Amino acid sequence: MKDMTPDDIAGEYREATLQYHDGSKRLVYVTEVETPIPDGRLIVSRTDPQGIITHVNTSFVEMSGYREEDLIGVPHFILRHPDMPAAAFKDLWETVKKGKKWHGYVKNLRRDGGFYWVYATVIPNIRQGKLIGYTSVRRKPSRSRIKEAEALYATLQ
Amino acid sequence: MTYNFTVSPDFNPDYLPGWFIFNTWLQKAIDEPIHLDLYNDFESQRKAISEERFDLVYANPYDATVLVREKGFVPVVCPMGAADEAIVAVHRDSPAKQVEDLNTDMRIVTTDDPDVKMMCMIMLEPADITRESAKISYRDTYVLVAKELIRGEADIGFFLEETYEDLSNVIRQELRPLVHSQIQLIHHVLLVGPRLAHKKEIIQQSLARMHAEEKGKGVVENLGFDAWKAVEQEETEFMIDLMDTLMAN
Ligand SMILES: Cc1cc2nc3c(=O)[nH]c(=O)nc-3n(C[C@H](O)[C@H](O)[C@H](O)COP(=O)(O)O)c2cc1C
Repeated sequence: MKDMTPDDIAGEYREATLQYHDGSKRLVYVTEVETPIPDGRLIVSRTDPQGIITHVNTSFVEMSGYREEDLIGVPHFILRHPDMPAAAFKDLWETVKKGKKWHGYVKNLRRDGGFYWVYATVIPNIRQGKLIGYTSVRRKPSRSRIKEAEALYATLQ
Repeated sequence: MTYNFTVSPDFNPDYLPGWFIFNTWLQKAIDEPIHLDLYNDFESQRKAISEERFDLVYANPYDATVLVREKGFVPVVCPMGAADEAIVAVHRDSPAKQVEDLNTDMRIVTTDDPDVKMMCMIMLEPADITRESAKISYRDTYVLVAKELIRGEADIGFFLEETYEDLSNVIRQELRPLVHSQIQLIHHVLLVGPRLAHKKEIIQQSLARMHAEEKGKGVVENLGFDAWKAVEQEETEFMIDLMDTLMAN
């Protein structure tokens, strides 16, 4: 994953280095600018069994700030925000690998350094008994739920 | 053998004769006797579906999940360019300007259309409105839902977008859409069951080209859309995966 570049960042930012599960690292720039999901939208993506993005819908593209071409074929951690605790994603992967649904509140990082909160559901896609990938659908959470998640994640960092 | 066909009860009643004409057309096209059975409500239709009475179902996305994943139905066609979207509407004079202005204990009025109810409840989540917090009442038709809002007996009404558009101007003038869904990926689909599965190809081919035929064009338009489009199994599986993520909470 390429490091972020300050030229793409809108406004004041802080710097963080993320280390992903596969050992790779990425330098990211993070701002305090929030972009709420517009009402009535669902953000949809699909991945292969390894978590590499295979499909995204228009709302996904718009919210992430990337172009569709930049998203297809890259690991889903392209959206990982440094405020998200690793424990949340560990729980996600342990749950879906067992064939179960996962739900949770996720703070995602935009290409411009800003963020957006989602309530995400991830489910395994099973065809003829075989796992072919995962689908995630995200929707707009309430302010009160975001506050709760913020408080919880701060303790898990 | 006569096959049995049913249509999700959420169609606009204006198209009722259209479905019978369509059934006549289809019987000729595939040279098989088909009986069309329509229901006024989701509950009794769902019971008949669970008794495996049908071989052909024009299903809403909610029922499609059960028919495909549990009853061995396969997708054939869906309406071209038409997705199922929902509208949350309020009285014209409601103080609410956006979802987040709504209180958690508002009075909701809806039909028993499961897709619309699901989509609309999701759209209300940013206001922390849940099945438990709200007072939900049910009416048989969207016109009755609208009237209840207009009379001030409910604060929020749920509508299927196309039926909202079909409400009379007089009614619509009294209402205001607060939010409408832009999901784009969820739609009704015509499914065939195991007993009729051997005819899937011919049904699919006949329907996918009927809008291009002189007689067929009028018949499909009388269902409220322009054409049928062939649907692949995986397209429907994907839609069902989406429905699965939305139905679970
Ligand atoms: C279908 C699917 C959707 C995902 N969506 C997100 C997402 O929106 N944001 C995110 O940070 N991680 C998402 N993840 C988790 C990432 O794969 C990854 O675990 C996470 O970003 C943390 O990175 P790491 O596990 O490499 O440390 C998703 C995973 C799957 C399978």
